[in-house]
Amino acid sequence: MFESTFTWNDLQFMLQGAWVTILLTVVSMIIGTLAGVVCGMARALLPRSTIPLAWVLDVFRSVPLLIQFVLFNALKSIVGLNWSAFAVACVVLGLYVTAYCTEIVRSGVLSVPLTLRRASRSLGLTYWQDLRQIVMPMASRVAFPGWINLLLGVMKDTALVMWIGIVELLRASQTIVTRIQEPLLVLCIAGLIYYVMSLVVARLGARLETRWQEND
Amino acid sequence: MIEIDNVHKSFGELEVIKGVSLQVNKGEVVSIIGGSGSGKSTLLMCINGLESIKSGSIRVDGTEVHARGTDINKLRQKIGIVFQQWNAFPHLTVLENVMLAPRTVLGKSKAEAEALAVKQLTHVGLGDKLKVFPGKLSGGQQQRMAIARALAMSPDYMLFDEATSALDPQLVGEVLDTMRMLAEDGMTMILVTHEIRFARDVSDRVAFFRNGLVHEIGTPDQVIGHPQRPETADFLRSIN
Repeated sequence: MFESTFTWNDLQFMLQGAWVTILLTVVSMIIGTLAGVVCGMARALLPRSTIPLAWVLDVFRSVPLLIQFVLFNALKSIVGLNWSAFAVACVVLGLYVTAYCTEIVRSGVLSVPLTLRRASRSLGLTYWQDLRQIVMPMASRVAFPGWINLLLGVMKDTALVMWIGIVELLRASQTIVTRIQEPLLVLCIAGLIYYVMSLVVARLGARLETRWQEND
Repeated sequence: MIEIDNVHKSFGELEVIKGVSLQVNKGEVVSIIGGSGSGKSTLLMCINGLESIKSGSIRVDGTEVHARGTDINKLRQKIGIVFQQWNAFPHLTVLENVMLAPRTVLGKSKAEAEALAVKQLTHVGLGDKLKVFPGKLSGGQQQRMAIARALAMSPDYMLFDEATSALDPQLVGEVLDTMRMLAEDGMTMILVTHEIRFARDVSDRVAFFRNGLVHEIGTPDQVIGHPQRPETADFLRSIN
């Protein structure tokens, strides 16, 4: 009854796909977080002059990721950029993360009470010293849970890169399903791998949060 | 010396300070009393440049606070301010709260800043709370920490903006004692306060603010003991 043609090679193939998923997630989170911190601080501190930035980022939040992948991939060919599919995926996911991260950072910065900033300025801290010493540490505690959420979301959204020809965990699983015709088993295994990857992130995040909360 | 000369200040349409002049000499303790909305807290914020002014001038040791060329961060180093909401930095320990400005602003070494912070915190009676986060302290302790934090910059002037108003009644005394200690050490202070008895005890002069103006000013005995203007007497009666 439990006979299966699923082999160790198949599992290895899926784990290779999982590695691509991890790489895509890490690279796009690094790009998106760096850009998101800059954009988010700008949005919070200069709300009026950065309204155009908000419009641009809204596009990346509003258009389905799949469409963004396909459009950007087409654009790449039209413009004649000789980029790998992986590079395209990183750019598109990076912009997508930037758009969400900007809002997360913005709300974090806005959560720092103005009176605290006045207190630090009254001690003689400059505008930038206040940002660095007071605003950023406090904002990051507020923003952190949202950022972890984003990370977990992106890890699963990376599955869409299969549409531009990258073999990541879900695509690898589909390939195996097509061959051995055991979708339930294969998808369970794929789901388990996603689950374990997410669990590690969530646990690390929770641990960091409790450490911060002990102080408050 | 702090010289306030015919200062006007508005928030939008609302004029909250309507031409205040006041001089505070070195070593003097001046209390400002008055109803809410009389502009007394706003004036303190103007003195260290946290608020702009519409017209007039404020000079601290001859330096114009609101002039374009003034290095406001430099000027603020000599004006400590303690707020009604004590404004402890919640992500830093008590010790780190006090060390922050000496390290970042004055560029002191970690050891120097720590020695300084420990000294100030011991002075206000928090020598045993160094490694504690402010969230674990009572309001009175947090306010004393805020005083130590301001003192760690060795300011020449201390401004207190209703420093005891947000405290539970049983915690007011410990903060007032700390302020009294400072006054006895010869610190130049401006206190915005509702603690009339305290103001009478420690002040050299008391100013009664009303509708954005200095309504009456003089020694505590004059203003609080024998007010000349009926509004001052009314105010004193209303809060007793």
